[in-house]
Amino acid sequence: MRDVAVIGVGMTKWGELWEKSFRDIFVESALLALDDAGVDRIDSMYVGSMSSGLFVGQEHIASLLADYLGQAPIPSTRVETACASGGLALRLGFMEVASGMSDVVLVGGIEKMTDVSGDEATYALGSAADQEYEGYHGITFPGLYALIARAHMEKYGTTREQLALVAVKNHKNGAKNPLAQFPFEITVDSVLNSVMIADPLRLLDCSPITDGAAAAVIVPVEVAKKMKKPVIKILGTGHATDTIALSSRKDITWLESTYQAAKQAYDMADKKPEDINFIEVHDCFTIAEICVLEALGIVEKGKGGEAYEDELTFLEGKIPVNTSGGLKAKGHPVGATGVAQVIEIVKQLRGEAGKRQIKDPRIGMAQNMGGSGGSSVVHIFERE
Amino acid sequence: MEGIIGYGAYIPRNRIKVEEIAKVWGADAPSYKRGLMLEEKSVPSPDQDTITMSVEASKRALKRSLINPADIGAVYIGSESHPYAVKPSGTVLAEAIGATPEVHTADFEFACKAGTEGMFVALSLVKAGEVKYGLAVGADTSQGAPGDALEYSAAAGAAAFIFGRDNIIAKALETYSYTTDTPDFWRREYQYYPQHGGRFTGDPAYFKHIVGAGKGIMEKAGMKPSDFNYVIFHQPNGKFPFRVGKMLGFEREQIEPGWLVNKLGNTYSASSPLGLTASLDISEPGDKILIVSYGSGAGSDAFIFEVTERIEKVRDLAPKTRELLEKNKNYLEYGEYAKFRKKIKKAV
Repeated sequence: MRDVAVIGVGMTKWGELWEKSFRDIFVESALLALDDAGVDRIDSMYVGSMSSGLFVGQEHIASLLADYLGQAPIPSTRVETACASGGLALRLGFMEVASGMSDVVLVGGIEKMTDVSGDEATYALGSAADQEYEGYHGITFPGLYALIARAHMEKYGTTREQLALVAVKNHKNGAKNPLAQFPFEITVDSVLNSVMIADPLRLLDCSPITDGAAAAVIVPVEVAKKMKKPVIKILGTGHATDTIALSSRKDITWLESTYQAAKQAYDMADKKPEDINFIEVHDCFTIAEICVLEALGIVEKGKGGEAYEDELTFLEGKIPVNTSGGLKAKGHPVGATGVAQVIEIVKQLRGEAGKRQIKDPRIGMAQNMGGSGGSSVVHIFERE
Repeated sequence: MEGIIGYGAYIPRNRIKVEEIAKVWGADAPSYKRGLMLEEKSVPSPDQDTITMSVEASKRALKRSLINPADIGAVYIGSESHPYAVKPSGTVLAEAIGATPEVHTADFEFACKAGTEGMFVALSLVKAGEVKYGLAVGADTSQGAPGDALEYSAAAGAAAFIFGRDNIIAKALETYSYTTDTPDFWRREYQYYPQHGGRFTGDPAYFKHIVGAGKGIMEKAGMKPSDFNYVIFHQPNGKFPFRVGKMLGFEREQIEPGWLVNKLGNTYSASSPLGLTASLDISEPGDKILIVSYGSGAGSDAFIFEVTERIEKVRDLAPKTRELLEKNKNYLEYGEYAKFRKKIKKAV
């Protein structure tokens, strides 16, 4: 396999983008990525999108977006594994470049979620849960993650305040990210007093619905070097699945797919959790970030909550998590999230993260997750 | 100079509290009260509708205007809840107050700004010299679907204004309209309840149009926020008028006197017009008032009025708006409310 590097990234501001169409949003980000990479043609592209059909009534988007990007007739593939679609698009692009099949591949992600009502968006998102065993009983994702949170609190003594600190930390970082949907700080009190969504999760424990896209250009490391680009190498990739129904799991506080995907990525990169300098994780709900840190081996099983009292994961902490603001503050256009995580890793490793720049990072990791953990994708990156 | 020569308000005496609605739907009442600044709303009785409330408000406007109703040349009702799909509301009103048959009558509909549309046209006809007096009413018995966020605010009320050239109580200094095609809220034929675009009803709809009209009229008149004693914005909930006021540079003190929504709810076509009646009730000669309506779909009408000395002679001739809001209330339980609003119907 050839070594692969990310040489270009592009993303525009996320939010309620009512003035822009689905294709506009994608093309804007993709053009920024091509520009950043300094290329004007690509061999192939992969686009992560969870449910363009339910959100904007458009399927067949891989061809549509290749066309509007001015790249037809290149092969273009849509990738779907719920909220991990963007991460999986990167993995497939990586495989295509590593195999030698293509040299320049664009990986992107997009979701335009606010053109439908809240009920319709909830339904669309709910289709990533097990419809027969979960959906038909009326449960949606806030409810599923509330069950995980309650179980974690009962089993490990995780507190309501610790959950709130996850959102506080992510908003603190997001306030420094001009592309974030909600670039402002919040307090533990405001989290604890926000509207109850599904006990114990409140409004400010939940990531928002968002319109947004993100794109990155990947090439073989040798090509990146010839182009005299900063080389951000993809050291390891991992992808794993689990039951998509929460009720089928032995332990609902444990994210086995994230554990398995991380194990693959660590092995491939020949790294251990303690080698990682910073991480972007899938904090769709505050409890998710805590469970993910445990599954990635960053903290011991059951100790995720405590880590927040020590500010271990804060911007100035030992291992900063979600320096971009995470899904909570940056926004969560589901298909785009996994690619946006890569963008943050690249910006940090290049030293281009502005006010949220951490000091001289070398190795970063991205963890993207579908549903309540039915799929996970993990990547490890290194600055050469 | 043309302006308002008489005004009148009508608010049904029935009320329902936010807690009572929230209890039924398992919703969080404190968050509605805090988030939307709503406490209770008016509810029409089973035999009340846009026409009956328009008649009540118009009679009060006539009392203050001291004119012969037969001299009224135009009668307009703006509402999104006209009782008939086909058959005018305005004819019933014109007949009831004695303005027929030599009168031009029309029904207006433009979501929550139909009332100010009628005012705009009635005032224009007076300005043009086509009619001696013009009567315009904003009235609604608005409906929110059961359990929808709108159910906490959709209320009932009416406000009537008579425009003329003599014995003016508030001179119309300036008018301005700001309109685009923005589908934030709609109801199709044969649908009972309106649908809305959720958060889309905020920035690209309410705020864009009120800010556009507010800035436009002040620029046209060469005036600034501090020139006004009172300002009234459309009141779909308690929070929006203060937020849009801040965006335009107004102080809370200018907004509060005409801010009725926390105890009244959103009376749609009567919302900002009732705020104007409440402000006129307490205004002094020389006071300047800005009113900016908002109607989904979407547009805003804006007016600048200057109160004259005549206000002191006529304001006590009919009930004042705050009194209607605060006195003689009858609180309903959700079951009664559901019956009154025909959400449940008796088997026949």
